[in-house]
Amino acid sequence: MKAIIAATIFGVIMMYAGFAVKEKKSIVAIATILLLLLLGVNIWEYKTVVPNAPSLFNFQLRVDSFTIWFELLMTACSLLYVLLIGKDIAKVGKHVGEYFALIFFILVGTYLLASFNNMLIMFIGIELISIPQYILAGSDKRNLKSSEASLKYFLMGAFSTGILLMGITLIYGATGTFNISNFNFLQTEHINPLVLTGLLFLIISFSFKVSAAPMHFWTPDVYDGSPTPFTAFMATVGKAAAFIAFLRLFHTSFGAISGSWMMVLAIITAATLLIGNITAIFQQSVKRMLAYSSIAQAGFMLFAVVSVNAIAWQGIVVYSVAYTIATLGMFAVLLKLKDYTFDGFNGLAKKDPLLAGVTTVFIFSLAGIPLTAGFMAKYYMLQALVMQGKLMGLVIFALLMAAVSAYYYFKVIIAMYFKQGEAELNPDYTTSDRVLLVVTAILVILLGIVPQLLLPAAV
Amino acid sequence: MILLLLILIPLLTGLLTFLSKNAAKNIALVSSFITLALAAYVSANIGGANVQAWSCQWIPAIGAQLSVAADGMAAMLCLLTGIIFPVVLLINRNKEIENQASYYALILLSQAGLMGVFLAADALLFYFFWELALIPVYFLCSRWGGERRIAVTFKFFVYTFVGSLMMLAGLIYLSMQNTGANSMSIASIITVGKSLPGVQQQIIFWLLFIAFAIKMPIFPFHTWQPDAYEQAPTQVTIILSALMVKMGLYAVLRWLIPVLPYATAYWANTVMTLAIIGIVYASLIAMVQSNIKRLIAYSSIAHMGLMCAAAFAGNDLSHHGLLVQMFNHGINITGMWVIVNMVESRYGTLDLKKMGGLATTAPAIAIALVVIAFANIALPLTNGFVGEFMLFSGIFQGASQYHVIFMVIAGLGVILGAIYTLNMVQSVAYGENNSGAAIVSKMSGAEYAAIAIIIALIIVLGIFPQPLLDLVLL
Repeated sequence: MKAIIAATIFGVIMMYAGFAVKEKKSIVAIATILLLLLLGVNIWEYKTVVPNAPSLFNFQLRVDSFTIWFELLMTACSLLYVLLIGKDIAKVGKHVGEYFALIFFILVGTYLLASFNNMLIMFIGIELISIPQYILAGSDKRNLKSSEASLKYFLMGAFSTGILLMGITLIYGATGTFNISNFNFLQTEHINPLVLTGLLFLIISFSFKVSAAPMHFWTPDVYDGSPTPFTAFMATVGKAAAFIAFLRLFHTSFGAISGSWMMVLAIITAATLLIGNITAIFQQSVKRMLAYSSIAQAGFMLFAVVSVNAIAWQGIVVYSVAYTIATLGMFAVLLKLKDYTFDGFNGLAKKDPLLAGVTTVFIFSLAGIPLTAGFMAKYYMLQALVMQGKLMGLVIFALLMAAVSAYYYFKVIIAMYFKQGEAELNPDYTTSDRVLLVVTAILVILLGIVPQLLLPAAV
Repeated sequence: MILLLLILIPLLTGLLTFLSKNAAKNIALVSSFITLALAAYVSANIGGANVQAWSCQWIPAIGAQLSVAADGMAAMLCLLTGIIFPVVLLINRNKEIENQASYYALILLSQAGLMGVFLAADALLFYFFWELALIPVYFLCSRWGGERRIAVTFKFFVYTFVGSLMMLAGLIYLSMQNTGANSMSIASIITVGKSLPGVQQQIIFWLLFIAFAIKMPIFPFHTWQPDAYEQAPTQVTIILSALMVKMGLYAVLRWLIPVLPYATAYWANTVMTLAIIGIVYASLIAMVQSNIKRLIAYSSIAHMGLMCAAAFAGNDLSHHGLLVQMFNHGINITGMWVIVNMVESRYGTLDLKKMGGLATTAPAIAIALVVIAFANIALPLTNGFVGEFMLFSGIFQGASQYHVIFMVIAGLGVILGAIYTLNMVQSVAYGENNSGAAIVSKMSGAEYAAIAIIIALIIVLGIFPQPLLDLVLL
């Protein structure tokens, strides 16, 4: 709760910082300091959390150590994001303060999505992460592609929000409550058709938010068209927020009737893995490849929702953070390069061995090679699904798809190490960038060896 | 703790080598000799108080431990790894290698991975090292290999990656059956695996076996192998063919047969049939190869097929023969590649038709070639004979109802093996020198040392194999 209030206030401060402070660098610095403060608030809240505390606001919000831990990790990821990419955010346009304000508001939405206990709060959370993302997508106003991305995202997003509301309404009609832990359809053998229809709407809407097939089609255009620094945020923290909501809603309220929706979601998962991975193979631009790979990774994250067990909660935490760190790293590397195509990476190993080295670590993590955080993330997800035990076919299919993903991820490595060429770097690539990238890469490896660092002590 | 050093020394010196410039070659050599000394010490004291298993908690939530242990089989393979790497580093001492710091660093890292695979006593750790051994080799082949290296190495990578993911699924499934602590330890995996019902055992069996079969490689999963051997730099080919394929066999012996006894017995005939098809098929193809590297690559498929068949024959004799033969095959095939490397650097070609006359131009190399070729076709008094004799007797006494047929067809492979090997010796060593290379330089000191290690082992173990048997039977 403290963090929600703090993040809101910090967001407002950032809005006014744009008026008061003209120097872009100072605005980035203020945002970094505020994020650090926010992280402090998160830690304070985590240290003082009361076990089995009553939920807040008449059961609107649930505040337990897991929730706060997830919020803490998301703040930490945002901090990493601003450290790695902050300089490039300042280059997108004039209104730097507002961009950071929007990022703080997305964080507020993320906190709500991590802790809601009421579908209306969930709806507010979804809107809070979506609307700032529509704006961020279109923040490069002079660029037609950016405007197109924003419009597309907004229209589709608004539509899917409508479907979400419809789903919530139907569920309310059937159960008479918005409180997700109070649904009383659980006792009946025959599930009310209203609930089933509502569930379907919820699944459709959430599939859209997490870019799962067949609701994924907006992702490549929006990710490709948006300014790269914001794509990095949308693909990571924005996505993790949508996933934690998906998981919380479906485990807490619909876990008991999982038989009715598990198969649908399993098919969506398989389709997401298939479409994301196969389409990613044909991309020429690394940025677009990362967009498709984010669809493919969403397929793995959906494992958590499909499995409905305790390991899934650990899995989603480890996966969100592992994927976020590696993807942020990849986008930070991408921003150092002039050319976003695979050819732009040609010969990078000769030109800048260090940059090539850290890129290799991020790519390994995304591909799920052992000794990186990405492997442990996939491991937790597979474990959750194997433990659930009903969908072994999906496990095998996902592994085959993971092997396919190695194909397009390794194209980057082949370009960097084995092809001749002159990769062109941006001139403002400084020593501090190098240090940050190396620290991020070390973090990826460290989490690949001791993934339990990502889990709260209690879980 | 000493077992941990076997992994840590190549790992740390490997990382150190990345930073060195011109000293890389020597750092790597010194490191490999230190590892050899340690491996020899471990093998001599196996079972003793100094060579104890070591373990500590790693990820308790998923039951994984950092745990290493060695029995006779593991010690033997560590010793083999310890012997092969100095040989690998001794040849090509004079060759200029582009970006040599990375080259030697990656070689050492692959050694760390191999040692880890042989010593790991925890499934997750085993999987980590299984991949860690692959990644450096991927970079070595893609960066320093032949013309088609990128595509070929990538095929190799994807094959083995698919296999290892299958294995991962199998191992996760096994570990999930035990809800207690340390569910990833080999003891737990074996207990759980044995008690699984038949159908589950069979599913897991194929998940694991495909991974191991790709690595060995067993027909029909072998198609990556000839290309990869041909395109890899010869030093890396040695690592691949002498050691990495043993990872597959070792995994079968450690992580498959004891874990899933019912499924192993159930599918033994199928696997043996595949392996024996592979022997004949690879031998026939080897006979018509004109590229010497491809010829040896196919001969290696035939040898691995025989060993795999013996692994599934299901009696002690074949099992012991297999352990002995794993070591001997490693030595012999390394010898073959060392010769190939010398011939290639002198004649500048791999085409058998363009060679010849080595016996007159460089008699020492020719003699070494003949000795190693004899060992390769398992003539008595060479090390190959002991192992292969035990393998064949083992297959003949096997539990399968088709044991005689298996033995006869596999025996055919040996005859074919003699034909193509001797053909190769003939076209390399005798006849006219067709290469156009005017001056064929003598062996350098380092090459002498490498060849001496190989030939000494061939002859000593051929006449007096008992120490090796004593080691592997511990």
